[in-house]
Amino acid sequence: MDAQRYQAALRAGARPRLWEFVLWALAFAAPLVLPQHALMVNEIAIVALFAVSLDLILGYTGIVSLGHAGFFGFGAYVAALFAKHVMPDPTVGLLVAMAATAVLGAVASLTILRGSDLTRLMVTLGTALLLLELANKLDWLTGGADGLQGVVLGPVLGLFDFDLYGRTAAWYSLSVFLLLFVLMRRIVHSPFGATLMAIRDNRLRASAIGIPVVSRLAVVYTVAAAIAGAAGALLSQTTGFASLDVLAFDRSADVLLMLVIGGIGWLYGGIAGAIVFKVLQDSLSSITPQYWMFWIGLILVLLVLVGRDRLLRPQTWFRREKGAKA
Amino acid sequence: MLTILFDGIAYGMLLFVLAVGLAVTLGLMNFINLAHGAFAMAGGYITVLAMQRLGVPFLACLPLAFVLTAALGALLERTLYRPMYKKPHLDQVMFSIGLAFMAVAAVDYFVGGSQQNVQIPQWLRGRTEIGDGALLLGMGHYRIFIIAICAVLTVVLQLLLSRTRFGSRLRAAVDDPRVAAGLGINVNVVFLLTFAMGSGLAGLGGALGAEILGLDPTFPLKYMIYFLIVVAVGGTSSITGPLAAALLLGIADVAGKYYIPKMGAFTVYLLMILILLWRPQGLFTRKGGR
Amino acid sequence: MSAVLSAKGLVMRFGGIVATNNVSIDLQKGARHALIGPNGAGKTTLVNILTGVLRPSEGNILLDGQDITGLAPHQRVQRGMVRTFQINQLFDSMTPLQTLALVVAQRRGLGGKWWQPVGSDAGVAARAGELLEQFRLAEVATQPTRQLAYGKRRLLEIAIALACEPRVLLLDEPVAGVPAGEREELLQTVAALPADVSVLLIEHDMDLVFSFANRMTVLVNGTLLTEGSPEEIAADPRVKEVYLGHGCGHDTPQGTDIQNG
Repeated sequence: MDAQRYQAALRAGARPRLWEFVLWALAFAAPLVLPQHALMVNEIAIVALFAVSLDLILGYTGIVSLGHAGFFGFGAYVAALFAKHVMPDPTVGLLVAMAATAVLGAVASLTILRGSDLTRLMVTLGTALLLLELANKLDWLTGGADGLQGVVLGPVLGLFDFDLYGRTAAWYSLSVFLLLFVLMRRIVHSPFGATLMAIRDNRLRASAIGIPVVSRLAVVYTVAAAIAGAAGALLSQTTGFASLDVLAFDRSADVLLMLVIGGIGWLYGGIAGAIVFKVLQDSLSSITPQYWMFWIGLILVLLVLVGRDRLLRPQTWFRREKGAKA
Repeated sequence: MLTILFDGIAYGMLLFVLAVGLAVTLGLMNFINLAHGAFAMAGGYITVLAMQRLGVPFLACLPLAFVLTAALGALLERTLYRPMYKKPHLDQVMFSIGLAFMAVAAVDYFVGGSQQNVQIPQWLRGRTEIGDGALLLGMGHYRIFIIAICAVLTVVLQLLLSRTRFGSRLRAAVDDPRVAAGLGINVNVVFLLTFAMGSGLAGLGGALGAEILGLDPTFPLKYMIYFLIVVAVGGTSSITGPLAAALLLGIADVAGKYYIPKMGAFTVYLLMILILLWRPQGLFTRKGGR
Repeated sequence: MSAVLSAKGLVMRFGGIVATNNVSIDLQKGARHALIGPNGAGKTTLVNILTGVLRPSEGNILLDGQDITGLAPHQRVQRGMVRTFQINQLFDSMTPLQTLALVVAQRRGLGGKWWQPVGSDAGVAARAGELLEQFRLAEVATQPTRQLAYGKRRLLEIAIALACEPRVLLLDEPVAGVPAGEREELLQTVAALPADVSVLLIEHDMDLVFSFANRMTVLVNGTLLTEGSPEEIAADPRVKEVYLGHGCGHDTPQGTDIQNG
């Protein structure tokens, strides 16, 4: 192969495919074509953004975080408080929330750089629980267990009022999602992204080829936190409400499950997982509203027993795994 | 203040008994079992149901909780957990969270979601006070009972590990399963028995602790972080590590909630994060331990 | 000639064990220096210390006269000290092409670019292509590394090190486990390294060592036994003893209490 062919081979993964354009077009058309589902589209966009931000950490650097909801919830509260006390403009509020969560993420990133898987699990879990406790105790600020009420948002970009059907909300969330998604996509397919994958595959070798592992991890963690914060901000902005459950462990577990369902390490996995999860949740909730947790648990257990990579290939389910990785 | 210390010690010893199974499982099978709390919950509910529906006296419920939970643990180890040992940690986390979720929902469905009360026998319900003023030491009799039982269990565990054949097989298997297997130690049996014992202890802890910690279907999720703290801070290479960590945690939690009630559990989480930042391998692991 | 890499008085203690005992080694510019010794002599430990994976209990390391003892591994790589691993350390999910492109980009300071896609720099792609050709990896360039045969993986292992454009190259048993038919390829590549690159080679294959090296260091039980030219080393009776063992004369006397050993 000559140099040009090598170049083309390297670029092949980065070019957007046709189905991606179709997917996004369909997503944007949905609130128009299915107006009664606009709220659902909004929710899916938000939670998908959250899931994809976790994929940056989990899929591309291999860090298991049980506390990503901490950033989601933090962004939600910051945006709600900003709208309530400072300025009701959604875009400014979103940027403020992202910036604040980025700072939190940068600080938190110091905690995940060292230690074993267990330590990192603990630390991420602990950070989220800490934030939850804080939100609970600082109830004069956050509304505590009752939640933060009376959050009224102004029109997006000064032009588009939030309507009762949720269409503005859906388009707002989708637009923010698309922008951030494009950003993440560029990052992941860039040389920087390649260094992340190197860190994930073999941290020892990554540092042996000159990659500053620690600072890369810190940067990625901060970016992922900021994006999760954006998702949280979108939630409180489009629902006008922020409550403690945005910080709950459930959220961290849910979003982890979405990634596991949809596939870790390719950004669309978060989207696929989010869609499947939300649809499942909607249908199962109407059947057994209380015992949703049981079905989630069962899905998780089955998923892992069958094997994440074999999920989409039913013919492999009952074959014995040969030579499982030690 | 002495009373707080005393309460903290009781709480810590309880946490130790609850969490020691998790520590050994992690150290032995390198398996992060976030469903460990479900076994504790099982022990608690077995006790409650046996007492309320079958009229079994409290003291008899304790060994009952141990045995039944151990059996449950053995069953689950053989069927569900064993294929999971070689899987990456993410899978183990997801799997055990799934089990925990299922347990929480199942208990909620069958027994209901309200707090369960354990009627501890009359002779355990007193309180003895020594000294006065700032040095007042108020000792609830139930807590004395807990400390006593847990102390005995700790000693028995330590003896088991250091004096028996099983104990040395266990230690060998923790250090290096492949070499241990090569020496003829049946690693599978060691795993099974250890897991069963750990679960049984958790169940016993759940039964003992129902009075102090409360008992409702969300127990596994509520207290999971505490068990994990004990294991992460205490390390998995000894029994004394988790013991010390549990005592530290118990005292810190009780003291924190008393002196700075506004902060609640915040102090504990912060303390944990700081400790793990300072010593990522845990406060009490020997060098090179997991 | 001043030494490019100079390590003095390195001591490595693990708890009670002294893995490296006051070892000093100098690598001249353009050296073809071999490090030999029986298994467990601490050769890999020494490399780990030199590259910063382990922090020595005592001693210091100078690269081009600058003290690098406190530097992190990736910083030493950035200054031109590169190693290969005895057991392949590869990026299993990436293809050889992607791997080498990554390394070359990193070397050229482009590893931090986050907006442009991989492959937009023609120079990087060209250099990666050169290395693929040089190491006969072109046919498998776009297969995930985890699918490659062992010999190819080993070639990639070395290729990665060369892609870093090393000034000091530490090769840890490069032909270990490589089938006899593919050793020649590897040996030729090692022999063809640029003359100004200083190479420290750890090997057990004595043919390779004697044909490659112009200087040798012998390490036994973490201690420096001797150092010199290949002829000197080959003639040294102590070295022979270390490799071939003592003659007779080490029997335990009758009735000795063995438990006190």
